[in-house]
Amino acid sequence: MQNAERVRTLIRAAGMLPVLILLAIGFELLTGRFLSVNNLSIVTQQASINIVLAAGMTFVILTGGIDLSVGSILATAAMGAVIASLWPGMGWLGVPIGLLIGLAFGIVNGLMVAYLGLPPFIVTLGALTAVRGVARLLGEDTTVFNADLPFAVIGNGTVFGIPILAIIALAVILASWFILRRTVLGTWIYAVGGNQEAARLTGIKVSLVLLFVYSMSGLMAGLGGVMSAARLYAANGLQLGQAYELDAIAAVILGGTSFVGGVGSIWGTLIGGLIIAVLSNGLILTGVSDIWQFIIKGLVIIAAVALDRYRLSGGART
Amino acid sequence: MAPVLEMQGIAKTFGPVRALRGVSLTVHPGEVHALMGENGAGKSTLMKILSGAYVPDPGGEVRVNGQPMPFGNPKTSKDFGIAVIYQELSLAPNLTVAENVFLGNERASRGVVDRRAMREETEPLLRQLGVSFSPTTQVGSLSLGERQLVEIARALSTNARIIVMDEPTTSLSSRETEKLFEVIARMKADGIAVIYISHRMEEIYRLSDRCSVLRDGSYVGTLDRDELSAAKLVAMMVGRDLSSFYKKDHVPHDAPRDIVMTVEGMSDGRLVSDCSLTVHRGEVLGIAGLVGSGRTELARLIYGADARTSGRVTMLGQDVTPKTPREALDAGIVYLTEDRKGLGLFLDMSISDNVSMCVLERDAKSGLRDFGRAAERAARSLKGLAIKAPNAAITVGALSGGNQQKVLLARLLELEPKVIILDEPTRGVDVGAKSEIYRLIDDLAKRGMAVVMISSELPEIVGVADRVLVMREGRIAGEVRAPVEQEAIMALSVGPVAA
Repeated sequence: MQNAERVRTLIRAAGMLPVLILLAIGFELLTGRFLSVNNLSIVTQQASINIVLAAGMTFVILTGGIDLSVGSILATAAMGAVIASLWPGMGWLGVPIGLLIGLAFGIVNGLMVAYLGLPPFIVTLGALTAVRGVARLLGEDTTVFNADLPFAVIGNGTVFGIPILAIIALAVILASWFILRRTVLGTWIYAVGGNQEAARLTGIKVSLVLLFVYSMSGLMAGLGGVMSAARLYAANGLQLGQAYELDAIAAVILGGTSFVGGVGSIWGTLIGGLIIAVLSNGLILTGVSDIWQFIIKGLVIIAAVALDRYRLSGGART
Repeated sequence: MAPVLEMQGIAKTFGPVRALRGVSLTVHPGEVHALMGENGAGKSTLMKILSGAYVPDPGGEVRVNGQPMPFGNPKTSKDFGIAVIYQELSLAPNLTVAENVFLGNERASRGVVDRRAMREETEPLLRQLGVSFSPTTQVGSLSLGERQLVEIARALSTNARIIVMDEPTTSLSSRETEKLFEVIARMKADGIAVIYISHRMEEIYRLSDRCSVLRDGSYVGTLDRDELSAAKLVAMMVGRDLSSFYKKDHVPHDAPRDIVMTVEGMSDGRLVSDCSLTVHRGEVLGIAGLVGSGRTELARLIYGADARTSGRVTMLGQDVTPKTPREALDAGIVYLTEDRKGLGLFLDMSISDNVSMCVLERDAKSGLRDFGRAAERAARSLKGLAIKAPNAAITVGALSGGNQQKVLLARLLELEPKVIILDEPTRGVDVGAKSEIYRLIDDLAKRGMAVVMISSELPEIVGVADRVLVMREGRIAGEVRAPVEQEAIMALSVGPVAA
C-alpha cells in the first residue's frame, strides 16, 4: 500500500511534467538551440535561485500561509553578503552572514504569525516593504561591488559541467523532500495545513510548526541572496529580488500545491520552477519582446493551472 | 398513480470503490419515501446523482414524470423539479432570508436585483411554512431549525416536486423537529414527493409511507408502511441480526481507590461553572443534558483545549491540570470531538497518518518517521475496529462517516489512554457502526479504561453508562446511579418545574 501511495503522489507531482516537456520541445523546434548543452546549463542556472525560494515557499503554502517577503529578504541578504565579503581576510563570512540575515527575518515573520496570531499575508506584506527598506539602508542606497568576491565560485563554478547553483537548488529540493516526507515535522506541516484546529487538539505544536516554515522560507531567501550575490559580484538594495516572491509562488502553484494548504509536493515545485525558467529563456531565444514575455508568461501560468484543475476534477473525488 | 420519479440501474464507481451497484428506486407524488442504510451504503451518492452533482456509470436511467433526465448538471435537475437539502446547510448567513431563497436565481430587471420582488415572493412561501421570521431577517440570526425551513422555502420557490432531505433533524431541537414534520405533512398534501434520509427509527415510523433500504451500494428492498418494524429494517440494513444492540459486560469499579481522574471546580467564566466529577477505573460515566448545557465545553476544559478561569484535574492523586491538549495527552486523557470533520480528522491525509498522528514522536527515531510502525498501527486498527477501507493509504476523506469515526477512535486508542472522553461518539453514524462502537466502549471499560461518554441520545446513555451526570446551564445538576433510567435523567435535564 506504500506503493499505491507513492504512485499517486508521483502522478500528482508529474501533473505539470508533460507541460514542461512540451514547452522544451516547442522551443527547440522554434529556435533549434534550446536543447543545446550550453543553453540547458543557462536555464538551470536561471531556474536555481527561484527554485530555492520556491522550496521555502512550499513549506509555507503547505500550512495554508504565504510569504510575500522573500524577494526583499533576498536583496537584504545579498547586500549583507557582499558588504561582509569586503572585510579584509574574512570575506568568506559573507556566506553565513547572508544565510543568517535570511533566517533572522524568517524567524521574525514566524514569531508574528505563530505567536501573535497575525495573518501571514499581512505580516509578510509588511515585511516585503520594511525589509526592502533595510536592504537599501545597508548599502546607503547604492550598488555594492566586490570584483574579488571570495565565494564567487558558488555563482559561477561548475562541477563536471553542472553549475554549482543548480547543484545547490537540487540539494535544497532533496533536503525539503526529506523533511516533508521522512520526518515527524513534515507530517505535522501537512496536518497543520489540512486542519489547524484538529492539529492543535491532536497535540501537535502548531506554533512551532508555523515558526519553522517561515524560518525555513527566510533561510531559503537568505541562501537565494548569497547565490545571487555570488553570481553578480554585486548587490543593489533597490532592484535586486523585485517581484521574486511572485515567481516563487507561481512555481509552487504550478507544482500543484493547494493554496489552502495540506496538499502538495516538493517535486511539483521543482517542475513548476523549471517551467518558469524554460518560458523565460525560451521566449528570449525566440526573440519575443520583453513586453510580450510578461503577457505570455502570465497566461501560460494561468492556463497550466487551469489544465491541472480540469485533469484532477476528472479523477475520483468523493 | 404514475410515479413522479423512477431511478433504474444506477451504478457509480469512484476509482476502486463501487459506491452503487444497479440501484433502482420509484417514488410517487405526495409520498414520503424514507431511504435508509448504514453510512457508506450509498444513500448520499444516489442523491447526488439525482441532484446532478455526480454522473453515474453508463447504463442507468432517471425518469421524472416519465421523461428521461440528463445527468451531471445541477441546473437540469433543478429544472426537472428536484431539490436537495443537504446535511451541511448551504445558506449565506450574511444575507437575508429573501436573498437566500433566491440565491443563484435572483429576480432582476435589466441586470439590477429586484429586492422588492424577491421579498414579495418570499412572503407567501414563509406563510405557507408557517414560520415566525420575515423575508428581511438576516439568516445568521436564525436557529439551525429555522435555517432548514429557509432551505425548504428555497426549494419551494423553484417549484420543486421532489424534495430530498438528508438527515434534516440531526441538529434540531424537538420543537423544531415537530415544526419540520408539520411542514413535511403540508408538502405531502400538496403532492410533493419527499425522499427522507434518516437513521432515526421513530421518525421513519412517523413520517414515511414507504421505506427503501440500501446496503453496501446495493438496493435491498422496500417496505410499505404497514410492514415496517425496527427488527426488519435493522436486519435489512446490516444483513444480520442485532440481538443485543447495547452491550454491558464490564463490571464497573466504584471503590474510592479505583478513582482515576478527579475534576474539581471547573469553570470557564461563561458556559461552565464549578463542575466537579470523578471517574473510576473500568467505568463508563455518562454525561447527559440538553444541547447547550455545557457538556462539550466542560470536556474541552478537562482536555485543556480552552482556557479555564478555575478548576483542577488530578490523575491518580497527581495534579495534572492541562493547559494544552498536549499536556492532557501526556497525562493520559484523550478526547473524541463531536465534530470529527471540523476538529478531528485530516481529510486529505491517509488513514495510516491519521491513526498515528498522536504517536508520531513516540515512534520516531531522532525525528524521522517510522513508517513500518505506522503501517502496523494502521493494519491493527483496520482489523480491530473493522474499518471498511481497501487499504490504509487511502485518504480519510474518501471514507463514510462511521468509518471516519472509527479512524478517529483508533488514533486515540493508539495512545493507550487512562481516561477517554467521548463526545457524541455515535453522531451521524449508522446502526451497525453504532452497535460496534457500543461494544468497543464496553471492551475498553473491561480493559480497565475510564470512559466518559457525552450523549444526547437517552436510550444510548441508559444502555451504555454505569452512572450518569446530568448537566444543566453549565452546572452538574445531579447524578443518576444504577439502575439508570431515562425519566430521572430527563427530570434533571429540564430542572425543577416553576410553580
